[in-house]
Amino acid sequence: MKTNRFPGQDSIHRHVLDNGITVLVYENWSSGTVSIEGVVRAGAVVETRKNAGLANFSADLLMRGTRKRSFDEIYEVMESAGAGVSFGGSRHTSGFSGHSLVEDFDLVLDIIIEALCHPIFPEEQIERLRGQMITGLQMRANNTRQMAWLTFQETAYPDHPYGRSTSGYLDSIPDISRDDIVDFYNRYYGPRDMIIGLVGAISTDEVLRKLESAFGNWRNDSQQVVGLSPDAVRPSGLLRRHVPMPDKHQADIVLGLPGPRRSADDYLDASVMNTILGVFGMMGRIGQNVREEQGLAYYASSRLEGGLGPGPWTATAGVAPDKVDQTIESIRHEVQRIMTEVVNPEELADSQAYRTGSLPLSLETNGGLVDIITDMELYNLGLDYLQEYRDTINSITVERIHAAAQKYLSADDLVITVSGPVEAL
Amino acid sequence: MSSTVLKTTLANGLTVLLKEMHHAPVTTFMVWYRVGSRNEVPGRTGVSHWVEHMMFKGTPQFPGDVMEKMISREGGVWNAFTWLDYTAYYETMPSDRIDLALRLEADRMINTLMEPEEVESERTVILSERAMYENQPRFLLDEEMTAAAFRVHPYHHEVIGDTADLQSMTRDDLYAHYRRHYSPTNAIAVVVGDFDTNSMLGQIEALYGSIPAGEATAPVRRSEPVQAGERRVIVNGPGDTAYLTFAYRVPGATHPDYPALTLLNAAFAGGSSLGMFGGGGSNRSSRLYKALVSTELAAGAYGSLAPTIDPFLYTISAVVRAGRSLSEVETALEAELARLATEPITANELAKALKRARAHFVMAGESISGQAQLIGAAEATTGDYQWFESVLERLGKVTLDDIERVRRAYLHRRNRTIGWYEPDELEDVTAPFDDDGVEM
Repeated sequence: MKTNRFPGQDSIHRHVLDNGITVLVYENWSSGTVSIEGVVRAGAVVETRKNAGLANFSADLLMRGTRKRSFDEIYEVMESAGAGVSFGGSRHTSGFSGHSLVEDFDLVLDIIIEALCHPIFPEEQIERLRGQMITGLQMRANNTRQMAWLTFQETAYPDHPYGRSTSGYLDSIPDISRDDIVDFYNRYYGPRDMIIGLVGAISTDEVLRKLESAFGNWRNDSQQVVGLSPDAVRPSGLLRRHVPMPDKHQADIVLGLPGPRRSADDYLDASVMNTILGVFGMMGRIGQNVREEQGLAYYASSRLEGGLGPGPWTATAGVAPDKVDQTIESIRHEVQRIMTEVVNPEELADSQAYRTGSLPLSLETNGGLVDIITDMELYNLGLDYLQEYRDTINSITVERIHAAAQKYLSADDLVITVSGPVEAL
Repeated sequence: MSSTVLKTTLANGLTVLLKEMHHAPVTTFMVWYRVGSRNEVPGRTGVSHWVEHMMFKGTPQFPGDVMEKMISREGGVWNAFTWLDYTAYYETMPSDRIDLALRLEADRMINTLMEPEEVESERTVILSERAMYENQPRFLLDEEMTAAAFRVHPYHHEVIGDTADLQSMTRDDLYAHYRRHYSPTNAIAVVVGDFDTNSMLGQIEALYGSIPAGEATAPVRRSEPVQAGERRVIVNGPGDTAYLTFAYRVPGATHPDYPALTLLNAAFAGGSSLGMFGGGGSNRSSRLYKALVSTELAAGAYGSLAPTIDPFLYTISAVVRAGRSLSEVETALEAELARLATEPITANELAKALKRARAHFVMAGESISGQAQLIGAAEATTGDYQWFESVLERLGKVTLDDIERVRRAYLHRRNRTIGWYEPDELEDVTAPFDDDGVEM
């Protein structure tokens, strides 16, 4: 594909409303639908252990009653149109995503505005949702993968926002009051630094007019800035934790350490390094070793989170309980190898080709496009990011991969958590 | 954006479906084999899925380590899936590289090696995959319920297969399955995306035309007898959360009642499914949600209907809310189903369901790989890709009377299996069959 077919400076319209909202619009006439995404700077990073889950709880309540419509009315009108709008909270931000046929876009916009700017947080909806969240937390407590992950976060990020669950805990969710929720909303929801992305079969002029009229008057003079989470301290030595779940059939392993922010200069070096290590082909070198060569696991791969904060690099695998140690050692071996041996140029070229070649696959739907365009703004990547992506990725050298591995990985300073039919440590 | 599908059959029986879509420089190639867990017998359950895994282990021309890299290094994503009725392989790639996928699938249709040591190595991978599912309460419940609902028909067992068979099957079992079922007569090639139909057809003819035709998979003759009474399944296991499922025996995708069942589910349980795969979407305005979730009995409730060749199951499932009991949720669901008889689906509810189906259909059209899956699944399940292309037309002909008729015909007590996943720690005080003690 010619690079200039990707959305870029020439085709993404970026506009800042007077109240501080940055709007990005990309026209795509190939399908009669619209996808919209929005990000506000209200995230779990401001929570404490005691009110963990507050951002998520608040976001989930936005569509459960507004000045104009009740919960039932919102969902009746939205589902009648076959449209979808949902809100959610995450580590640094909360946000919405919506999609519909073009003919129903005004309705989608109307629901988003109501929910975002005029929620009323009805008591009965709070209690209803609270019970659902508690049920979800009980399900988590019985899920090996989620428990290994939760324990990893708590161990890898002591005294750090990333050490708390954004879904909260069985001892935090029951105590969050309506006042806490209203207070969180009043403090952190507002137009400042907000981003809205929109992709679909609708003209830029029309979109801008509609967005201006919908969001242009939104104000929150007391909106507080949510800062980025601090740097995380790397673990020292091997910190291993077990979550025994004796009736389960296999164990889940999470192993890793805090990683680079998306804004790090060498983030893409680290990201391509991770592609080689645990993504490319059948889950990279880790998958090759653990699954293909030893037949230890159905899945064994690695991931670099990135994001606004120091999200982790992790490797995960699900294995029989008697294979846990062998699997951990195999993954550590692959970590050690990529840290000490410079990767073969051909192996790097394979991963580069995969990363650049697969980009169009993530841009075929309006939903995929709006995701990336919104992220480009959130992470300050520039409007030409997609058009330059191929050159950026291809400029990465084996030396830079090696440097990223040495800087961000460790085979000896790692948090390792295992949940399932294993002994307590 | 959608163009028409070209369907043709090569001399050796290979069905070919081509659909050009030019909005992104991407093409998906799929090969579907008309064989799945439906065609398996006890002792070899799970063989279709295991063979699917072995198809990634290589041929003389494309050894496993070469195969593993060749698609990814061209920017492609590839994988495969096995289901009740079929086994399918796909590559989604930058359009100018799709030739590689065509060559790979042609080669491994006949030349897969299945080295004995690779079979053994994969045995533990598959047992690990099964253990991953067994860690999930809903899998444990579904497996037991499906087994209870089908005594005779091979839908009885899960696609992954029974552990006993996964431990004992041999390389010869796998290879025999492969040789028997992987052939042009038994396959469907689907190409969707940014290509030219004539030249694509030429490429397919050149690569696949000379492969020997093979033999079609034999029909499944073990029909399930009519169910003569409600069945109940209780699974105990770890956790604090209870799950409830009602599973009704319903006809397959080509049965005249299927469209009405699709809309009955859409109107009653909500979501945007077309009675196909995917769909999802919120269902918070549905009767089911209002009866179970808005009343704070359940944390979630869903209906599910999937197209199959032979009669399968329509399921209604709920996650019991913390502090509530299985019997409370069951009673409420029963009452809501009874209300469906006295207050049938309305014209407004039907109109909503149809609009959701239309929106879902348009959105499904955005994804090239999604289109290939829907067209291929329709062809593999019903023998006619148009089953998907004409879904809105078919749904549009359903009347409220049709919906009420299929409700009466299928959603009744003697036609169902009720399943409870009851956590070990929480024993429900009211057992479901303690009133007369004979129902189980």
